[in-house]
Amino acid sequence: MRAARRAIVRSPGARVVAVVALALAAFPFAVADTFYRQIVVMTLMYGALGAAWNLVGGFLGRVSFGHAVFLGLGAYTTLLLLHNLALSPWFGIPAGGLIAAVTAFIVGRPTLRLTGHYFAMATIAVLAVAHVLMVNWSWAGGAVGLEAPIANSVWLLLFRSRAPYYWIAAVLALLTLWATYALARSKAGYYWRAINGDEAAARSLGVPAERYKMLAFVLSAAITGIWGGFYAIYVGFVDPDSAFSLTLSIQIVLVTILGGVGTIGGPWLGAALLVPLAEGMRVAMGGSGRGFDLLLYGLAIVLVSLFLPRGLITLRLRRAAAPG
Amino acid sequence: MLEAVATGLFNGLIYAAVAVGLALIWGITDVINFAHGDFLMLAMYVAYWLFTLGHVDPTLSAPVAACVLGFVGFAAYALIIRPLQRAPPMIVILATFGLGLVLRQLAFIAFSPDYRNLPDTWLSGSIRLGEISLGRPQVVTGVVALAMIVVLFKLVYGTRWGRALQAVAEDRLAASLVGIPCDRVNAQVWMLGSAAVGVTGALLTSFFYVFPSVGAVFGLLAFVAVAMGGFGALPGAFLSGVLIGIVEALTGYLVEPAYKTASIFLIFLLVLWYRPRGLFGRW
Repeated sequence: MRAARRAIVRSPGARVVAVVALALAAFPFAVADTFYRQIVVMTLMYGALGAAWNLVGGFLGRVSFGHAVFLGLGAYTTLLLLHNLALSPWFGIPAGGLIAAVTAFIVGRPTLRLTGHYFAMATIAVLAVAHVLMVNWSWAGGAVGLEAPIANSVWLLLFRSRAPYYWIAAVLALLTLWATYALARSKAGYYWRAINGDEAAARSLGVPAERYKMLAFVLSAAITGIWGGFYAIYVGFVDPDSAFSLTLSIQIVLVTILGGVGTIGGPWLGAALLVPLAEGMRVAMGGSGRGFDLLLYGLAIVLVSLFLPRGLITLRLRRAAAPG
Repeated sequence: MLEAVATGLFNGLIYAAVAVGLALIWGITDVINFAHGDFLMLAMYVAYWLFTLGHVDPTLSAPVAACVLGFVGFAAYALIIRPLQRAPPMIVILATFGLGLVLRQLAFIAFSPDYRNLPDTWLSGSIRLGEISLGRPQVVTGVVALAMIVVLFKLVYGTRWGRALQAVAEDRLAASLVGIPCDRVNAQVWMLGSAAVGVTGALLTSFFYVFPSVGAVFGLLAFVAVAMGGFGALPGAFLSGVLIGIVEALTGYLVEPAYKTASIFLIFLLVLWYRPRGLFGRW
């Protein structure tokens, strides 16, 4: 047992994580420009969202294009609790994760029966229905959305400066990474991969597929919901178009698949490439309003798909395989 | 209310026309073409410019749009889909998403985001059928869409070549084993599906606004129609398209226009609840 633990700590993956964690810790002291910090925070968020999505989409193999619905639920829950019950995001964010998890449980029953493309379309349908509902519920802000109040208190997790959010994001990201890693190596992770490989065969070997599919879905939703809560207090504003956005859902999938679906590090790699790319291009070219930035973004997606079809992570795996 | 149903019916025929093209591509090459809506947008612009610059009525530019889109579909297949044959399926789908984004942005840059429409085409005006009044462009487009769908059905279910398509859709490996050139079939299907969208798009310009993001709405509804009908089943896509049109119109009339989209998706989820493989799906 101790030998196994030592092996994990010494593994190359752990070393990478340690280096990155140190870099993250040192970064705000080295770079004061809030723009770059924003990029890092967004990268961490998309990486985490991708990692959470990966539980369902990568390990379990059910591609969901509607994951933004959990983000939106988490975001809205946090802000609604803050506005109506003056409940601090310290409780509101986990509550958002819980609401997302419960929703996943309710929605999961009918949808997890579906396979492949049908499941993907069903998740889009759920997202679309949620979007329409939120637009029409004026008690939840309607089409205008909700704002987070302006405050500067640790108790409310609202700050005037952007710096504390950086640390929150970093901690949440490390927790997410640890959670996905632990899950992947747990019994659940093996069951998920078995179901992904061949559900009928897995069932015949005694894997309680229904329960574990639901588990993946609920956990993925919970993590996404928690990040939704973070998104709400970080951006300070949510509305149906930004929170329940199909584009956002697709970007989560994009980040994970381009990085390497079904791997632990894939989503983070994908986010590390795509988020700075998108933000950088937006700043460099978006100002003219001519749309060149999104054009290059689309081209980048096509090119990465063509040249690295198994994701960015294959760059490292290929090198590792070479001597053998 | 009859008018709402009739409007919905003709809208539905248009959704069905877009959906059938997508269903062909999806069913036979197993790729969800996220750029399908943007193909429609391209066709609309082709017709728009032909009219604005050359005074060619959309009804005449439909075949031109079909050819242009057929070429675009072929290019998409050859440059993006075929190279990714052995890649994980999701990558192909995301590549089509990237392609759609590129097309949309190119249109955005080249044609500006302005909403454009064609003022006076051959089809303008309205038709009275009994006590309901419908726009003539909508009716003609619906009828042409129906005709095109019938032609496609005849092609796929009535000809030898169509049987080859069905074979590839059912079991690619077996089809290649009996000598069907799967690669060529794929290319042909992409061309055919895109051409179908080309015709629809050209006719749409006679009554719908043209702008770079117009593909998004139709594209999404087409996906829902194909999935609801059961992917791999053309009649399913057709019926679902029409059903979506009617549901949408009825919701707008009976409930509230704001909930139109929600009701479409709810019906979709309901269908999947009782028939997890869609209305007519076999796999």
